[in-house]
Amino acid sequence: MDDLLREFITETNESLDVVDVELVKFEQEPNNATILDNIFRLVHTIKGTCGFLGLPRLEGIAHAAETLMGKFRDGAPVTQEAVSLILISIDQIKDILGELEAAEGEEPQGDDSELIGKLEAMSAKADEAMAGGGSAEEEAAAPVEEPVAEAVAEAEDSAEQTLERPLRPGEVSLDELERAFQETEIEVEIAESVVEEIEEAADEIEEPAPAPVEPKVEAKAKAPEAMKAGEAGEKKAAGGGVSNQSIRVAVDTLEHLMTMVSELVLTRNQLLEIVRRHEDSEFKVPLQRLSNVTAELQEGVMATRMQPIGNAWQKLPRIVRDLSQELAKPIELEMIGADTELDRQVLEMIKDPLTHMVRNSADHGLERPEDRRAVGKPEKGVITLAAYHEGGHIIIEVRDDGAGINVDKVKAKVVERGLATEAEVEKMTDSQIHKFIFAAGFSTAAEVTSVSGRGVGMDVVRNNIELIGGTVDLRSVHGKGSSFIIKIPLTLAIVSTLIVEAGGDRFAIPQLSVVELVRVQTNSEHRIERIKDTPVLRLRNKLLPLVHLSQLLGIYEGEDVEKAIDADNGFIVVMQVGSQTFGVVVDGVFHTEEIVVKPMSTMLRNLDMFSGNTILGDGSVIMIIDPNGIAGAMASHASSSVAESQEDEHEDLQSKAITGQTSISLLLFRAGDPEPKAVPLSLVTRLEEFEVSKIERSNGRDLVQYRGALMPLVYVNDGDSHKSEGTQPMLVFSDSGRSMGLVVDEIVDIVEDRMNIEVGSERPGVLGSAIVKERATEIIDLGYYLPQAFEDWFMRKEMDIQALTKKVLFVDDSSFFRNMLTPVLKAAGYDVTTCVGPAQAFELLENGDQFHAIVSDIEMPEINGFEFCESLRRDPRFRNIPVLALSSMVTPASIERGRQAGFDDYVAKFDRPGLIAALKDVFSGEMGAAA
Amino acid sequence: MSVLDQKLDTDENAGSDMIQYVTVVIGGQLFGLPISQVHDVFVPESVTRVPMSAPEVAGVLNLRGRIVTAINMRRRLHLPPLEDEQMMAVGIEYKQESYGLVIDTVGEVLTLPAASAETNPSNLDRRWAEISGGVHRLDGQLMVILDVDRLLGAMFTEPMAA
Repeated sequence: MDDLLREFITETNESLDVVDVELVKFEQEPNNATILDNIFRLVHTIKGTCGFLGLPRLEGIAHAAETLMGKFRDGAPVTQEAVSLILISIDQIKDILGELEAAEGEEPQGDDSELIGKLEAMSAKADEAMAGGGSAEEEAAAPVEEPVAEAVAEAEDSAEQTLERPLRPGEVSLDELERAFQETEIEVEIAESVVEEIEEAADEIEEPAPAPVEPKVEAKAKAPEAMKAGEAGEKKAAGGGVSNQSIRVAVDTLEHLMTMVSELVLTRNQLLEIVRRHEDSEFKVPLQRLSNVTAELQEGVMATRMQPIGNAWQKLPRIVRDLSQELAKPIELEMIGADTELDRQVLEMIKDPLTHMVRNSADHGLERPEDRRAVGKPEKGVITLAAYHEGGHIIIEVRDDGAGINVDKVKAKVVERGLATEAEVEKMTDSQIHKFIFAAGFSTAAEVTSVSGRGVGMDVVRNNIELIGGTVDLRSVHGKGSSFIIKIPLTLAIVSTLIVEAGGDRFAIPQLSVVELVRVQTNSEHRIERIKDTPVLRLRNKLLPLVHLSQLLGIYEGEDVEKAIDADNGFIVVMQVGSQTFGVVVDGVFHTEEIVVKPMSTMLRNLDMFSGNTILGDGSVIMIIDPNGIAGAMASHASSSVAESQEDEHEDLQSKAITGQTSISLLLFRAGDPEPKAVPLSLVTRLEEFEVSKIERSNGRDLVQYRGALMPLVYVNDGDSHKSEGTQPMLVFSDSGRSMGLVVDEIVDIVEDRMNIEVGSERPGVLGSAIVKERATEIIDLGYYLPQAFEDWFMRKEMDIQALTKKVLFVDDSSFFRNMLTPVLKAAGYDVTTCVGPAQAFELLENGDQFHAIVSDIEMPEINGFEFCESLRRDPRFRNIPVLALSSMVTPASIERGRQAGFDDYVAKFDRPGLIAALKDVFSGEMGAAA
Repeated sequence: MSVLDQKLDTDENAGSDMIQYVTVVIGGQLFGLPISQVHDVFVPESVTRVPMSAPEVAGVLNLRGRIVTAINMRRRLHLPPLEDEQMMAVGIEYKQESYGLVIDTVGEVLTLPAASAETNPSNLDRRWAEISGGVHRLDGQLMVILDVDRLLGAMFTEPMAA
């Protein structure tokens, strides 16, 4: 493909983009002659050049379109239909151009006669409609012509020509050409008012390289050059600084230049590092100079890569126009800050997400005109695109004044899609709910339209933006509209990072996501606190979740983990990713450094914690942390810690099988004595605080009105009394609609610990003492207190003679569970016998004790529950006794294992109602069988 | 220099089916890498660990301005780590990226006829067999041909599968 053609394609593509935008503008203001002239000139240029280059197909379409536009100029009414037709022609031209480029300059075969026919028909229609409209043209053209006196005569001529002889298909419009010439000069003069500029423009006009063959062609060939000069002049006037002496440079060349400059920056950093170590080096001064030059060079090269964001927006007016028609919603697109510049690479990457978001705003965001009217908004919806600099970033906002996000709708969808449970959703804030629209496969559009609603969208948008280190945030007010805020770095090539140390290794954290640094020490104002091993930091009255970088990256191995994580002295890098804010705990913070991101090798690219690596000034390689990866890991870290604790629990169970202890949640409180007391959290229904004045006394005991009933208060020690003023904390235990309040002085903590009652107790109300949180703690025996509230607590329910006669053998090695569950079973009316293990159970059975059912723990030393059950089933004497398994480990696999062993049912240890129900079931089944 | 001698040898043998190998020793075993794939031999220094990477990735290092991913061949071959001894590394290119195979020592350059290579013995450790392109019988010892494509290729897919 020869250079001329290549130039033509690039230029034409640019022109067509402009035409797109201008046409949409023109449709809205059909009387704006300047816009029309602009479009006309551009299309004319294309036509002229096509003819010159021998591209008949393109020329044909361009010509027909130009003819139609000529009609508009001549005063024909501008219809939407006609504009659409011209837009279609322009699309067709673009297509042909694309193929032309692909085919290395060979114009593709094809027939455009239908399109041309339509255009001609439209022109003819315009002719008919034009009766009497001619004078408008003169008015429109006149102001442009005035400034240059010498041109006036000619201009009038051409105007007359146009008036008298409207363009016919196939005619060469010399008059338009002349007009173009005049306007070029006029505009340049208006813009610059400097003689040299005109001369330059004139130079360019005289410059066309290809040798003209005949005068007519020459005129055509000149025309585009003239246009160019005109355009350049215009740009200068608008942009205020773009030189009209510009050259086109291949992107590859720039990219290469950028890479080399990046290398140079790295080398400079390296040199600086060396010189820093040698105090008085003679290199210092020249290096300083080199450093400055490099910085300037870097800036310069970066500038070549910078493009106004308007380039990415160019296609949007057209898209919005088409959408507006398709969806029958009048939409206005407002663009603010189109000249904000950003890196070409970044620009390319946000083009599609932006387009998508604008489409979304038009489709989902804006309401139908009738709905808008109903809520008192103007019928025309407004989508605003705004771009501006903020710090080292560019903020792009896509805003609409539509209905905003319907939180309820999103909630429903979230639940429907199974992304969260209803309970979770209820707890979320609106902004958390809004986040879900970025989830994969999520769309609130009720039905799929050709525009959107296919569910591929916002997640892709977010991914694309995050790919370039940006973030996207959403603000939405119901009824007022929504706004997406995209924050992206100015450039991808060079990143300012904070160098930190964690676990002996250094890492670079992009400053884009760093909000602040907090120094923490165990004895200072800022210190790391923990909620069940989860580190958090109080920062300006907010709780900041923390994560140790070394832990997150799994740097520690083995025993070091505890030691390293326990050391709570360090720095917290407060990071913000999207609306997620969290703290990353690092061991040290060094300095900030501008680094050139180098991609990681393919082998390491699957690590989402890192976005790349680079060479530091001292020559070592450093990994660059990907804030998005960390944020993602924060979320999964939380869930993995759940998994871990489940694993821990599992391990505990195994160890319990040997030592007979298990880890459970205990509520620590104080009552009476200063010594802490504990009760299994699972038994407590709620923690309440009552105003002391609410405590009433009746029939010799203290009561409070609680949920419409009277709740008796019970004191831990006889003779204790409630506080005399303020509020009184208490633990509420409820069962079957009855509640009891256990009065305590203070609720201390909730801990997860093994409850190993080391010293038994003879004292009523206390099961014994155990070490909880390294302190001797009394474990409260609820079975003692409950009857104090209601004497019949254990007696009243489901008390039938039938049940009383049922003897149940309860086998559990843990005294705690024996103590806890025996009252429960007794309360349900069973005659309970306990034993500490299968061996003892067999002893009882061999002795001829009769039991109607056996409830057995699974995790027991020596003989476990499965084996116990299997041996029961082997013995014909005991084969028919129902056996229930009781375990804290309830998994499908263990249930299956239990079924195989011969258990009749499998119940979770803390599921007391479940146990009662299961017992009832086996007995009713038995009775059914007996009857 | 034996390398030079070998070079002359190759020149003489040019045209016939000879392949030059750079030999390296990993855990006492002699390995051969086709010389065309070896770009440089260097001492791996200040290697930056890459957390969460595959265990055989020793880290990344700066080799004359390029970032090289170092692969610990002992770990790759499931051999115990080398204690207190200077390791060497062989720089190779794979799919336009630089990798360094960290090995014990570098030996010499051998020119061997391609035809004399034998296929892997069927009882070879599967983990070795997957990166071995065959075996050459030398005087007194055997040389396992390291198949770089398979060695690195397997590592590309492994983390994906995991």
